[in-house]
Amino acid sequence: MEIKALFVILISTIFINNYVLSQMLGLCPFLGVSRKLDSALGMGLAVIFVMVMASFFTFLIYKYVLIPFDIAYLRTIAFILVIAGLVQFVEMVIENISPVLYHSLGIFLPLITTNCAVLGVAVLNTEAGFLNGNLGLLKAVVQGLGAGLGFTLALLLMAGIRERLEIADIPENLKGLPITFITAGLMAMAFLGFSGMKI
Amino acid sequence: MSYYRVFAKGIWEKNPILILGIGMCPTLAVSTSVSNALWMTLAATFVLIFSNIFVSLIKSVVPSHIRIPIFIAIIATFVIIVELTLKAFQPDIYKALGIFIPLIVVNCIILGRAEEFASKNTVLPSVLDGLGMGLGFGLTLTVLAFFREILGSNRLFGYTLIPGMEPATIMTLAPGAFFTLAIMLWGMNALKSRKRR
Repeated sequence: MEIKALFVILISTIFINNYVLSQMLGLCPFLGVSRKLDSALGMGLAVIFVMVMASFFTFLIYKYVLIPFDIAYLRTIAFILVIAGLVQFVEMVIENISPVLYHSLGIFLPLITTNCAVLGVAVLNTEAGFLNGNLGLLKAVVQGLGAGLGFTLALLLMAGIRERLEIADIPENLKGLPITFITAGLMAMAFLGFSGMKI
Repeated sequence: MSYYRVFAKGIWEKNPILILGIGMCPTLAVSTSVSNALWMTLAATFVLIFSNIFVSLIKSVVPSHIRIPIFIAIIATFVIIVELTLKAFQPDIYKALGIFIPLIVVNCIILGRAEEFASKNTVLPSVLDGLGMGLGFGLTLTVLAFFREILGSNRLFGYTLIPGMEPATIMTLAPGAFFTLAIMLWGMNALKSRKRR
């Protein structure tokens, strides 16, 4: 049964409650890094990685430090510092282990600290009722993975469409952000279809 | 730059959402009703003004290579103040805004103003800058919420507008937010290109 619960969390965070297109989190990188397919893929991979790591550490800190010492109100500041430190750490590790990966992901990593989807998944993990049940940590990590995959999916779809919009004939005043928002709206409408999915 | 200009530039010519294109997440997510939008404006403006004050006070003692984490810690402190205050006095609003209260920390507008303006200016201009930017953010948010609430739930400030009319629920969901903001940005571009001519 637990396997099924994990699967439900994964599918629902990727499709039904897609972080970008239905919860509207992480829109800054979604609009900023979706011009080219390559950079969108790099950003997506970096976000998946940081989201999984952040879910793991913030959940442990919330459950075993903040709650026992009765300082849960410090959640926001603790999480943002953990994420900032984690991003810095990941950046250093990747730089030392794999310079090739660093060159493709490197420029996106500092941007992730201010990606609200990462802090969002950390905060939602503490509010989703994972704290009391068993396998809470695993559920939090799976939710982080699903959120990252959903973000990457939306980003890649958007980048693919925007590469084609570059050569399309768009009215002068709609160029840039307005047409991007209309595209995002149509994609969000398509993703609304998933909300009828029964799993 | 005169004090008036420092204050007024955030509302129109450097409007954080319509011109600079930052701070999109809370804009789109909490603009489902006008009262949510107004509370969000209040919360964000409070954090913006106080983080600007403190950043401009400590700007000369902060080493430049660790300034970003220090700014984030200052912002997070005021966000926690807002969070606890709303939770105690306005529990309904706290529930409606939900996750977007803690997410004020990563709102690009606030860190952007701390980095771009408050860390280079004295206290009084920083306060005016924070107030102007907060109002510019709030104005856009409220206009967006006004149309979304009327079309999406057939209500305004909680009162039903046309009894018996079926509202277009899609306006309160994500697609409605994207479309409404797209139309606002479109209008903004049209105004700008007309002025240029």
